[in-house]
Amino acid sequence: MRLPCPICGPRDSREFIYRGTALDRPAPDAGTEAWEEYLHLRDNPAGPIREFWYHHAGCTAWIEVTRNTATHEISDAVLAGGEGAA
Amino acid sequence: MRFSAARILKEGLTGNRGWRPHWRSPEPKPDYDIIIVGGGGHGLATAYYLARTHGLTNIAVLEKGYLGGGNVGRNTTIVRANYAMPGNTEFYSHSLKLWEGLEQDLNYNVMHSQRGVINLFHSDGQRDYAVRRANAMLIQGDDAIILDRDGVRRMLPYLDHDNARFPIYGGLYHPRGGTARHDAVAWGFARGADMRGVDLIQNCEVTGIDIEHGRVTGVQTTRGPIRAKKIGLAAAGRSSQVAAMAGLRLPIESNILQAFVTEGLKPVIDNVVTFGMGHFYISQSDKGGLVFGGDLDYYASYAARGNLPAAEHVMEAGMALMPMIGKAKVLRSWGGIVDMTPDGSPIIDKAPVDGLYLNCGWCYGGFKATPGSGHTFAHLIATDTPHEAAAGLRLDRFASGIGLMDEEGTGSQHNLH
Ligand SMILES: Cc1cc2nc3c(=O)[nH]c(=O)nc-3n(C[C@H](O)[C@H](O)[C@H](O)COP(=O)(O)OP(=O)(O)OC[C@H]3O[C@@H](n4cnc5c(N)ncnc54)[C@H](O)[C@@H]3O)c2cc1C
Ligand SMILES: [Zn+2]
Repeated sequence: MRLPCPICGPRDSREFIYRGTALDRPAPDAGTEAWEEYLHLRDNPAGPIREFWYHHAGCTAWIEVTRNTATHEISDAVLAGGEGAA
Repeated sequence: MRFSAARILKEGLTGNRGWRPHWRSPEPKPDYDIIIVGGGGHGLATAYYLARTHGLTNIAVLEKGYLGGGNVGRNTTIVRANYAMPGNTEFYSHSLKLWEGLEQDLNYNVMHSQRGVINLFHSDGQRDYAVRRANAMLIQGDDAIILDRDGVRRMLPYLDHDNARFPIYGGLYHPRGGTARHDAVAWGFARGADMRGVDLIQNCEVTGIDIEHGRVTGVQTTRGPIRAKKIGLAAAGRSSQVAAMAGLRLPIESNILQAFVTEGLKPVIDNVVTFGMGHFYISQSDKGGLVFGGDLDYYASYAARGNLPAAEHVMEAGMALMPMIGKAKVLRSWGGIVDMTPDGSPIIDKAPVDGLYLNCGWCYGGFKATPGSGHTFAHLIATDTPHEAAAGLRLDRFASGIGLMDEEGTGSQHNLH
């Protein structure tokens, strides 16, 4: 699998570390339920998912990728926190 | 139909014409007392023990494909009770004891072979942890022996003991660990459940769970609606999708785990051996194939086929541990969808919907759990109280942080196990 890093272009997935589902971090005082959702509970879809990958052996950017978990097709990759990110 | 030596002799002499199918293929009835979703090892074992131990037989197991086509037929068949964390130790100990009487109980040859599991260690720190784990096993009443360098050398002469980077310091030997024939386990439980009146319904995908006033009333399936008073979910890698039908989100992410098998060889590997410095473990099947595997593909996936980097890592680790393996030809590799929890340990618990029960989060290690999981899940469904051996496998441990079973000590977080 190759991931299209917005900075480096298409790169071997081995250059990246998977950082899981792209979720918004709750406020520190958001309460147990919000933190349980963020830390543990997942939709875990068999289909498109938005997730973070860290390009540790490349530009070291965090990127937000839209990938289909059933086919591994990648339809979008943007810099995390940048334009187009959730 | 009972199996016995006399029966085999008789059939052998009369052209094997007397064997019958091991289970019926009934049409689904309009309603059942209990429905089990998923005809893998755990679903079939649950139905078996509901009938065997609790005398409940108005039960259907609904399977979207064929019985045993999921992970129960894809795993590397290691059976062991060498866990370290409270919650896991008593559960896997209970399961191993059931394994030890399983063939007599089922009247079915599941080829359970207690050939011993050796976890190798390669540093002082790893030795300390192995000793700690061995003590936890002994306190639980199971068996554990620490082998020193020479002990491992005598038992496993074919390893690269003096590897410059990863010399072998010793091993944690668990003599009662071993392997079993995975398909036969599914078939044995299926046959035992069917014989007691459980309906095993294949090609029947559950597509919805009906809930009225906070209580389950039945399921929607590709073979029509079926009513039920209680529903047990045992869908392994698909647990999140099935639970979502009841409006639940689970602490689970599905990943791929791969396995590999070589051409058949003469007996060379007598035990189960795990490498401590890379993700690699191996045993030899009764047909002679070397069966080995490693770690997850490390990202969420339902592709049911593996990626190349994980395959390469496993091969490299195998070559580092036992260079002789390089001469064997790999015949096949495959992947299974495994239900990973944040702490890498399973869940057997009531769901927050009345009449709904959860059996999930088996990660890469649920085959050894099959009898224990079926037995304790049946207890939970039949009595509405957790079985003492599975009381630690709670759903709320992630929210509360109490009773987490993080065997690897890496933290309770997705993608770490
Ligand atoms: C490569 C690999 C190696 C492994 N090695 C080991 C090992 O050495 N030792 C060990 O202890 N464990 C091992 N495991 C883990 C073990 O195989 C699993 O944890 C265990 O089999 C899961 O329980 P099960 O048998 O019930 O799952 P499955 O056999 O997967 O059963 C779940 C069933 O649910 C069905 N289902 C899903 N959705 C629906 C629906 N909507 N309606 C109806 N049915 C549905 C599926 O079709 C499937 O048949 C391994 C796993 C893999 C993939
Ligand atoms: Zn990059």
